[in-house]
Amino acid sequence: MSNTTDKTYIRSHEPIFWGLFGAGGMLTAFLTPVMILITGILIPLGLMDSGNLSYEKVYQFSTSWYGAAIVLVLVALPLWHTLHRIYHALHDIGIKRGRDLQQVFCYGFAFAVSVFVFTLLLQMF
Amino acid sequence: MTKRKPYEQPLPMDWWLKNAFYTKYMIREGSSILITLYSLTLAWGVFRLSQGEAAFDAWMAALQNPFSIILHLIALALALYHTITWFSLAPKAMALWIKGKRLQDKVIIAGHYCVFVAVTIFCLIIITL
Repeated sequence: MSNTTDKTYIRSHEPIFWGLFGAGGMLTAFLTPVMILITGILIPLGLMDSGNLSYEKVYQFSTSWYGAAIVLVLVALPLWHTLHRIYHALHDIGIKRGRDLQQVFCYGFAFAVSVFVFTLLLQMF
Repeated sequence: MTKRKPYEQPLPMDWWLKNAFYTKYMIREGSSILITLYSLTLAWGVFRLSQGEAAFDAWMAALQNPFSIILHLIALALALYHTITWFSLAPKAMALWIKGKRLQDKVIIAGHYCVFVAVTIFCLIIITL
């Protein structure tokens, strides 16, 4: 029989999520530590002048086209990395049921927060 | 209806605590949880920003809560652990060849750390401008 080669291959969606995972991982590795240091530690403790993140300054930045893009990437991209890891960690701790649904929840969560931030930035623009 | 009952190997919940390598692996994966929380905190900040100055200032004030600072310290430690593991994997992700010779792993890793330090200093300076 020669029709053994007629198998139809279904394209995987993995490359898209893997790409976002890699990009998010890069960003998290290089920028997240300093971001946590500034917004979560130095400014709240008063070790850095809180005027550096004043409402006017942040608002002006976030309503410029490049600032909005930077804010969206800084806030949303790490989520595509972390939720991918959490999805695979669910397997590691032995949660076997509903893998498809787990995937929908994990990537869906990252997607929902991305849309949330995107919409807010658009609304302020 | 099949009567087949395949053997399923039991997986104890603490399998990753019995071997240091697996424990480190799970700490790396676990760093995702706090980094997710941090991203959500920032997303909430964008939401408060959109509501006006009073709301944004309230968000900034909430970050001064001792609980928030402790959480950010833990998140910082885990984020740095992610950075270390990410950089140590970098030579496996990028095989760089120069004049027919493969660039040594430690050169690639050192390069990443140099960029990391430069980016961190750059961010600390640019925020004050």
